Amino acid sequence: MSVITQDIVQPGPATRTRGYWAGVLRRLVRDPVSVACAIVLLLIVLAAILAPWLGLHDPYQGSMIRRLRPIGTPGYPLGTDELGRDMLSRLVYGGRLTLYIGLLPVGLAFLIGTSLGIIAGYVGGLVNQAIMRTIDVFYAFPSVLLAVAISGALGAGIFNSLLSLTIVFIPPIVRVAESVTTSVRSLDFVDAARASGAGQLTIMRVHVLGNVLGPIFVYATSLISVCMILAAGLSFLGLGTKPPEPEWGLMLNTLRTAIYINPWVAALPGVMIFVVSICFNLLSDGLRSAMDVRS
Amino acid sequence: MSEAEVLAPVSDIGGPAQPLLQVQNLSKHFTVSGGLFARKSVVRAVDDVSLSVDKGEVVGIVGESGCGKSTTARLIIGLIETDEGTILFDGETVGSAISLRELRRRVQMVFQDSYASLNPRLTIEDTIAFGPKVHGVDPEKAREHARDLLRRVGLDPAVFAARYPHELSGGQRQRVNIARALALSPRLVILDEAVSALDKSVEAQVLNLLIDLKEQFGLTYIFISHDLNVIRFISDRIVVMYLGEVVETGPVEALWDRPRHPYTQALFAAMPSLDPDHRTQKPPIAGDPPNPIDPPSGCRFHTRCAFAEPVCSSTVPKLAPTGVALHLAACHMVDPNSGHSLAGSRGPGS
Repeated sequence: MSVITQDIVQPGPATRTRGYWAGVLRRLVRDPVSVACAIVLLLIVLAAILAPWLGLHDPYQGSMIRRLRPIGTPGYPLGTDELGRDMLSRLVYGGRLTLYIGLLPVGLAFLIGTSLGIIAGYVGGLVNQAIMRTIDVFYAFPSVLLAVAISGALGAGIFNSLLSLTIVFIPPIVRVAESVTTSVRSLDFVDAARASGAGQLTIMRVHVLGNVLGPIFVYATSLISVCMILAAGLSFLGLGTKPPEPEWGLMLNTLRTAIYINPWVAALPGVMIFVVSICFNLLSDGLRSAMDVRS
Repeated sequence: MSEAEVLAPVSDIGGPAQPLLQVQNLSKHFTVSGGLFARKSVVRAVDDVSLSVDKGEVVGIVGESGCGKSTTARLIIGLIETDEGTILFDGETVGSAISLRELRRRVQMVFQDSYASLNPRLTIEDTIAFGPKVHGVDPEKAREHARDLLRRVGLDPAVFAARYPHELSGGQRQRVNIARALALSPRLVILDEAVSALDKSVEAQVLNLLIDLKEQFGLTYIFISHDLNVIRFISDRIVVMYLGEVVETGPVEALWDRPRHPYTQALFAAMPSLDPDHRTQKPPIAGDPPNPIDPPSGCRFHTRCAFAEPVCSSTVPKLAPTGVALHLAACHMVDPNSGHSLAGSRGPGS
């Protein structure tokens, strides 16, 4: 009767299973692409934070006589821009502002969008209709157009571009949060929790939140790169950061006049945007598969 | 409420003769909107269902998928609001004498899908301890209680307590679900297709476990299944449902010896025989169940019944005694005065 008793046979030694997030981290570390992306991002973030202590040139200090030096100039390893300012220093300092306006709107939109989406998905009915139809109104506009329109209406400036980007990213996050919550809510374990007499808030906290935050978080991570590109676009159009502030999008804009004279230097801010956004994208892909419990 | 009270079984009120659960004229109609301009239609998922469950009894509910078995279960435990009807638990009316929250401590449910009914982010121990914690039991004590229950359902807590649902087999997960259902010391457990998704060997183990636990904890079961062999094995009494209505009910032997409703007969005939000389040659019942949005008039089974006569489509048959104690059937052929030509005769079941 070995078949019958199989179910009771103990599967291996009594090992304490690790927590869920420890498992996610363990799987993430095993993926070389994710690790490489994380290291690159970490270096860029560290450089941005530690910029004043790196012994770089003053990013605002220009010079008429050393404008548009090529890459590899002694003392200016990445050359100089159209006003003779050190490119390396400006890229490092620019990272501060660019990362700031790339991460903050997504973070804010994540908080607001997740709350709205979970409420819409969990409560359902008229509340769902009210939230989701309002979101649909914002969804009707292309994100770039919406960001430009809101920024334009509010006027140029860092705060206004942060605000407009946050508004742009709330609708897609609400949508994802709502659909994930709706599907989790219909699972039997939520019914089982209700059947055990738990209140709505307890069920939301214990049973819904833990199961929906993961997918929403992964989605939000993939939005960081979009946000950075949009922010760079706003700066390029003159709606975000103002010169002489170093910011990658703005630098790309001001250097475009030099593209025929010194194309490599002019392309550098673009390269930075590309590297950071692709790293965030690959990292969110890695996170997605690391969070799949069954992998 | 103190911790000891939550974890101890609720004391008996009505005495042994008082049915543990009485469901009277329970109805649930779902409104289905067919779109913006379509007329709204009503699905009569459960229509005027009455049943009673005695203390210590196992009542089996059988029927095709979509006949309202699960809806009935969810109505009893209050996961869906009832449209009409009353539920009495040990003689007390739910909603007035005892609250829904109180009822949920006394009635628990085990679901069919063992994976979907466990939170993938919680350890087995936390899942079982959740109910008691919600009712105010100290977390450490609730976990202790959970480990004890794991032992009772045949899972070693040292191995399983800290595991996650995906690390368990289907049979082990269903044992966890049973432990979770027992965590609040209920008196009635509704098993909604609880063993249907398991393979046969595991199914047998879980059924035996359920029988043992019933003895140990003094439980009463409502056992919902489409598997007649399982129902016959575990039940004392059977309720046969068709399109949201009870068509026949009675003690398991009486029903097996002589099913009176043509639908019950067809269900039994559909069971594959183990005897090679009695192979099923033709389908015992034709077609799909009619659409519950617009159920047939009169007897809902008349569209598929071999004995249907004009009276069947005009008059709704009531559950009537068949002559055997507690055995009732809703068929015109059972009632001698119904006007059916086979009424009162020995009928098709003999």
